[in-house]
Parts: sequence; structure tokens; C-alpha cells
Amino acid sequence: MDSLTNYLFVSASLFCLGLYGVITRRNAVAVLMGVELILNSANINFVAFARFSGMNMAGHVYALFVIVLAAAEAAVALAIIINIFNNFKTINVDDVSQLRQ
Amino acid sequence: MSNLNSLSYFWPELILTGTVLVAIVADLFYRKEDSFKVAWWVLGGLTLTMAAIRMGGSAVTDLFMGTIALDPFAEFFKVLILLSTVLVILISFKTDELKNYSVGEYFSILAIMAFGLFLMASAIDILMVYLSIEIVSIMSFFLAGYLKKSQLSNEAALKYVLYGAFSSGIMLFGFSILFGLTGSTKFFEIRQALAGLENGANLALIISAVFILAGFGYKISAVPFHFWTPDVYEGSPTTITAYLSIAPKAAGFAMLIRFFNQVMGDGTAMINDSWSALGGLPWPQLMGVLAVATMSLGNLVAIQQNSVKRMLAYSSIAHAGYMMMGLPVMSNQGIYGIMMYLVMYLFMNLGAFFVVIYIQGKTGGESYEDFNGLGWTMPFIGVVMALFMFALTGLPPTAGFIGKFYLFAAVIEAGPQFYWLAFFGALNSVISLYYYVRVVKHMYLRGERSDDVSMPSSNLVTVLLVFLAVPSLVLGVYWEPVANWINQSLVLLSSGM
Repeated sequence: MDSLTNYLFVSASLFCLGLYGVITRRNAVAVLMGVELILNSANINFVAFARFSGMNMAGHVYALFVIVLAAAEAAVALAIIINIFNNFKTINVDDVSQLRQ
Repeated sequence: MSNLNSLSYFWPELILTGTVLVAIVADLFYRKEDSFKVAWWVLGGLTLTMAAIRMGGSAVTDLFMGTIALDPFAEFFKVLILLSTVLVILISFKTDELKNYSVGEYFSILAIMAFGLFLMASAIDILMVYLSIEIVSIMSFFLAGYLKKSQLSNEAALKYVLYGAFSSGIMLFGFSILFGLTGSTKFFEIRQALAGLENGANLALIISAVFILAGFGYKISAVPFHFWTPDVYEGSPTTITAYLSIAPKAAGFAMLIRFFNQVMGDGTAMINDSWSALGGLPWPQLMGVLAVATMSLGNLVAIQQNSVKRMLAYSSIAHAGYMMMGLPVMSNQGIYGIMMYLVMYLFMNLGAFFVVIYIQGKTGGESYEDFNGLGWTMPFIGVVMALFMFALTGLPPTAGFIGKFYLFAAVIEAGPQFYWLAFFGALNSVISLYYYVRVVKHMYLRGERSDDVSMPSSNLVTVLLVFLAVPSLVLGVYWEPVANWINQSLVLLSSGM
């Protein structure tokens, strides 16, 4: 069971789920959750590759950086979404469209 | 080079970091109505940074164990970034949009963004690429949504953050595959590993290259990753729109050139004009098609706009398309053309945006109608705006013509298989004439002719516009200094330690 392919399969599934979430969800927070899934799928890739290619630390370090950045990005995105709610009284991304298409 | 030794070559970035810290602390001591004074701290820091760059010498080496390149190429982009940051900070004094806000953070965040852009221009490690793109992105989300009470600004920030997070996620997944294929995060090691890769990995390599391209394409707003651009540009404070249209785009191109030249290309591409076919795909043709799509879409949609600000947003997509013409012919000349165009584009595009900022303050709007009769009531604004518009079209003898000339020359020199690219580029320049001249038409032929003539009410605006207008014209006939500068800057760090 402990083979690289399994991990890659999990990460590819996560990536597809994230992509699906971003494309189909209209709630801004749910879109953000889709993005987080994508980031985590990349993380699984990094750690799995590092683990199975002779303990290359770069992959682990990369994953740690991504976790930190994902947190920072989520914080900013949530702050913006709160502000959107204050101004628009909705967080549905389709309803937030004052700008001309 | 080891971490400790690297620090002595890292002065510009260190000074910039210090500037940010000082600006944030200084902001605490000012009341809300005085918060504009933070800008002086930031401007001082940026000046010191510029001095540090100029005094840095022209060492070509890698820093921090091969994550950052120190070379004249990076220095060139750092100077461009600093120049645009300083200009945007100066015009921010005169914009009405920021009037009811505390602006201390605004200037600190601009400085942080400049720091991120510095790293973008010099990253040679995919971890640093991702980190620097995120620094810049997160800061631009803030700035796009800085007008907390404006619905438009909020919407711009929301669209920016969702598209931005999504595309950087896609890019990250591409990087993870690339890391898996090559076992390294450093550009040069990746290149070596790619060279020794057997054909079985082609599909994975193509997928990862396409995903990575999505991230870069988002940064330079290339079709089909451009969707965020018009809305974000229209909703953001105009000062920020001006900044986003030049500085991150320049850094994005630097990154794209570095990545494709050193990782996807065989590294000697700068000298040999060669391009290693990657994964059996015709990359040059593919990039050429993307370039044509980008400029055509930008131009065709720009025609239909009623707001000058939104028109400039689409025109900036078109200009990214022109610059992308230099990528398929990843030769010295292609890169030279891109660098030349960026210098010219900085002056003419910032100039156009600064006029829009000033007109917004005067008439409260940014539609074509707000420009009616401006050529008669404000002759100075009329003349410089007309100049910027002609320069953006690329008419001789303006700077825009020289920028386009070098790009087209590089494309044509690459051989007959790229003539179509030059043809579409020329066709698009003609199309763009229509909507640029429309601004001039509104300024001179619409509205009543009045006799009370006025100069800009602020000297700073006059000085800034002159500073941008003179190069937009003079560089069209005497561009030798810029050409020399680019010649010296065309040195990329081309192998690891």
C-alpha cells in the first residue's frame, strides 16, 4: 500500500474536487474552500515526492511554506469577504457584480 | 552563495524591509488626517534602495543557496519597479479617492509590494517563485479593496482574491509535478534533470508546464487567464490600477523570461537563439497564438468601452499581448524587445492613468464624456493626454513606436515562420488607433469651446505629467541611452554554483 502512486492518486482526486468546487460553488467562502483543496493536493504531492525520492528535504520545506501562505491568503480573503458582506449583504459571487461585464 | 555571505549583496531588499517597518511604526504616531506623511518615509526608503541598487556593482551570482539571482537583468527590473512605485506614491497625494481613508497602510503595503516584485524579478527557485508571487498577490488584494466603503472597490478585491488564489493554486500543482519529475526546486538543477528525462514523462511535463503557464499568464493577464483584469482594474483605486498595470506585469515578464529561458529552454537560448522542444509540443507557435489572442481580445473589447479607465484596462491586456510576441522568439532580441517595450510602456501608460486620475478629481467621472472639450479648457492636459494616446498606439515619433519597432524586428528576424505573428501585431496596432484617438476626439471635437483656459491646479501633477510626457516623446527619437542600458542589463545568471 505504501507506494507513491497511492499518494498521487489521492492528491489528483483532491485537485479535481477543488477544481470542481471552485467552478460550481457560488458562495465566496465555498470557492475559497475549493482553492484550499487545490493547495493541499499540491502539498500532498510535494511531501509524497520528497518521501519517495530519497528524503529530499526541499519538498517538506516547500509544503510548510505553502501551509503558511495558504493561511495568510485565507485571512486576507476572509477579511475581504466580510467587507463584501457589510457592503452587499450577500457573499454570493454572482450577486456581487456592479462592474460592467 | 551561503546565507550569511548573501546578506552583503542583499542591501536593496534589506533597506526596503526596513522602510516597511519604519513606515508601519511611523503610521502609529500620525493622526488620520496626517497619515499622508507616511509617504515621505516610504519615499525616503525607496530613494535609499535605489542608491543601494546603483552602488551594488554588477556582480553576477546566486544568493541564499541558489534561490535568488543577482544579475543586471534583475537590476533592470528593480529600477523599473522602483520608478513606478515612486511615481504612483507621488500621484497618490493628488487623488480624491483616498481622501476619507487613513492611508498609512496604503503606502506601507506599496513598499511591501515593491519588495515582493524585487523577489519576483530575481527568483531562480520554484519555492521563491511561488513565495514572491504570493507576496505580491496578497498585497494587491489589499490595495484593490482599499476603498472599504466603495462597492466597486470591494467587488474588485473579491474577484481578484478568488481568481488570484485559484490560479496560484493551479500553478503550485504544476510546480509539485515538476518537483516530482526532477527532484529539485532550483531552476538549474531542474534544467539538468529535464535534459536527462526519458520520453515517458512527456505527458506529466506538458501538464505541469501548462499549469505553471496559468500562474504566469494570470500575473501578466494573458488570454485565457485575463478574466480578472478589466473588473479589478476598473474597481480598484485608479492609482492602484496604474500600479498594477505596470509593475507586477514587468516582474511577471521577468519571471516568465527567466523560467522559460532557464528551465524550459536549454539555458543557452540567450546566445544560440535555440529553444528546446519540450514534450514534443510546438511551444513557440503556441505562445505566438496566445500572444495574438491576447492582443486581439484586448483591442477588440477595448473598442466597446465607455469608460476610459476600463478602456485602459483592456488596452493593458493588448499591450501584454504585444510583449508576448517576444516570447516565442526567445532570443536575445526577443528579450531585448520586451525590455525596451516595458520602459516605453511605463512612461506612456502611467501618464495616461495619471491624466485619468486628475480628470476624476476635476469632473468626478472617467467616461469619455468627462473628457469633452478638455483640449480647450485645459490645453496642457489635452496635449499630454493626446501624446500618451498616440504613444500607446505606437505612432512615430513617440516612444511607443520604438518599443513596437524592436519587438517586430525581433519577430521578423526569427524567420518566415513568424511573419504571421508580426502581421497580426501590426493589424492590432491599427485597431487600437480607433479607441485611443476616440479620447483625443472627445477632448478636441466634442463639448463647447471655452475661452477660460486653466492649468492643472497642482504643481505636482504638472511636474509628474511633464516627467512622463517628455520621455514618451523624446525616447521616440533619441532612445540610445535606454538601448545602452538594456544592452548592459541583458545578462542573466545562467548556471548554478
